[in-house]
Amino acid sequence: MPLITYREALRHAMAEELTRDENVVILGEEVGQFHGAYKVTEGLLEKFGPKRIVDTPISEAGFIGLGVGASMLGVRPVMELMFWSFYSVAFDQILNNAANIRYMSGGQINCPIVIRGPANGGTNVGATHSHTPENILAHHPGVKVVVPSTPYDAKGLLKSAIRDNDPVFVLENTILYGLEGEVPSEEYLIPLGHADVKRAGTDLTIVTYGRPVIQSLAAAQQLQQEHNLSVEIVDLRTIRPLDIDTVLASVRKTHRVLIVEEQRPFCGVGAQLAYMIQNEAFDELDAPIQRLGTVDAPAIYSPPAEIEQLPNSQRILKAALATMGS
Amino acid sequence: MSKKSTDKTAAAAKKTTSAAKTGGANAAPAAAPKPAASGPNPSHSSPVNTALSADEKVELYRKLVRIRRFEERSLRAYQAKKIGGFLHLYIGQEAVAVGCCSLMGKDDHVITAYRDHGHAIAVGMDTKALMAELYGKVTGCSKGKGGSMHYFDPARNFWGGHGIVGGQVPLGAGLAYALKYKGLKGAAMAFMGDGAVNQGAVHEAYNLASLWSLPVVFVIENNGYSMGTSQARSSAGELATRAAGYDMKWEIIDGHDLYDVRAKMEPLLRRAREESKPALVEIMTYRYRGHSVADPDKTYRSKTEIEDYQRTKDPINLFRAILQSEGALTDELIEKIDTEARSEADFAADFAEASPFPTPEDIQKDVYWEADNPSQRTSGGRLFFN
Repeated sequence: MPLITYREALRHAMAEELTRDENVVILGEEVGQFHGAYKVTEGLLEKFGPKRIVDTPISEAGFIGLGVGASMLGVRPVMELMFWSFYSVAFDQILNNAANIRYMSGGQINCPIVIRGPANGGTNVGATHSHTPENILAHHPGVKVVVPSTPYDAKGLLKSAIRDNDPVFVLENTILYGLEGEVPSEEYLIPLGHADVKRAGTDLTIVTYGRPVIQSLAAAQQLQQEHNLSVEIVDLRTIRPLDIDTVLASVRKTHRVLIVEEQRPFCGVGAQLAYMIQNEAFDELDAPIQRLGTVDAPAIYSPPAEIEQLPNSQRILKAALATMGS
Repeated sequence: MSKKSTDKTAAAAKKTTSAAKTGGANAAPAAAPKPAASGPNPSHSSPVNTALSADEKVELYRKLVRIRRFEERSLRAYQAKKIGGFLHLYIGQEAVAVGCCSLMGKDDHVITAYRDHGHAIAVGMDTKALMAELYGKVTGCSKGKGGSMHYFDPARNFWGGHGIVGGQVPLGAGLAYALKYKGLKGAAMAFMGDGAVNQGAVHEAYNLASLWSLPVVFVIENNGYSMGTSQARSSAGELATRAAGYDMKWEIIDGHDLYDVRAKMEPLLRRAREESKPALVEIMTYRYRGHSVADPDKTYRSKTEIEDYQRTKDPINLFRAILQSEGALTDELIEKIDTEARSEADFAADFAEASPFPTPEDIQKDVYWEADNPSQRTSGGRLFFN
């Protein structure tokens, strides 16, 4: 299989869907002439033209609201947020209009939009540009939330998101954009709501998603080599809908759970997972569920300190050992 | 007269002086202002009005009356505790929705804010379903899930019914975007109140509409008050002329006069459909009731002010007088229309009363398309949590 980057995988997904469905439109700041702030959409304007690849002003509430309105008439907008951190200026459009319109209309209206862009810390851009709002988004019934960790997943999940009739929010990661992985040349889809066991193991389950999947894989290798611990890594891939069954199957196998997320702890995705695991597999647990997330403060700028604020392989390794009681 | 009503009077006086202005980058030279008292409004003899048959005129009048009787009946139901939440009545503003929506072609679309009963009836929604929605019944237009502020009827090109001030305006630009994208010769009308004009999302929508030449007419229904705050206390400068900053044509319309609404909206809608150009109109109107039923309406305007509007500018009285002078309405017909509208409203209330409430099982329906169409679902995992 060809090796391509996470960025290219996303681009290929959009190009294939633009080709397949004439109602798909890419809208966002700098997606066209500039080739994308992170070059995800590079070349799409040249291939598909300005009707399909639309540069917007810096006007998130305006263009996302416009996309919601256009989707009600059958356009399928794929809108790029340069950073998901900017969702806050479009919050009303995303979480009142997109999330609620089907419900408030008694099921008469669909909102088949995709909003995508990076949501991560670790690039020393400070508190305003480092939000990871998957928990806040997924809190709203009516929406779907996807956080891919690999090029293969990014492509297959984004294609499914674009075909979905509900609003889907895809949270990418600037640090992963250059990550290479095997992606088949032939077309494929990954349905939303299916977790993926990225590494099989027997002693400990790490439940995670996004960039911490990559960090957990590195930690798991070290745990195997240096501590003879067999770690299973469950990549959620989709936060809502949530494939809790794959998580529970792993818990029944390992009986110990560490949740790793690039999220602050309070009301995070991990809090929901911990509740569900204890509620549905209490008797399977040999130890309390542990959780490793972002150190609970606004994102710090200082580069060395930010590394320690976020999950990283060494923090994951220590938390895994603590979960094992050693 | 209170200080606040003085503010309002000042605002109203200011409006009167500019009421005949038109403007904007694409505007023809403005016609000389014509004082209202100096003769018949030229809008009355505009082709879009003179082309109406007597029957069509009567039907426009009937719609005005049906909206008012429906809302009066809904207010009684609210007072009888049959309706929860808010109830934002449109009484006094009827000619705006009826005038605008009477111009709709098959590819024209409407979106508005929470004072939406008038638009819903104007586009042809069934008053039984509307009243049942207020009662929170499954027979309501949104199955009892939306309530007063959230009426929708996509089959009639009516896209709500939106609760957050100004939040619907970008969606209206999006409807226009979709029309243009699909090559349809239609126009979107995005209604808002005068309280919405200071919201950022509204200005973002203005900019996008003009920047991208979208076929949308933004309609400010200026009833003088954003909730209890007069225009003078909430908005700097004029509302319509803000369009000039976005290089958009604008117009001020007398919303008490249904013919004026039709005469001035029609060319803007035609221009949107044929040339894909946006416009902004400010339609001067007035609401007789409080902002919502929760507004005791005692703090920000005088009773005299309301009574003056009712006596001199009531849109139903004015249109009735015009149609009587044109010979399109007789006393008998006026009486018959009113009786039928009252009966229709009572019938709607009876229908709502007799309808069932949603069940707890209904609460989680209509959330996800996929959950409601399980045979076509492609995703796995749990969509709902407890």
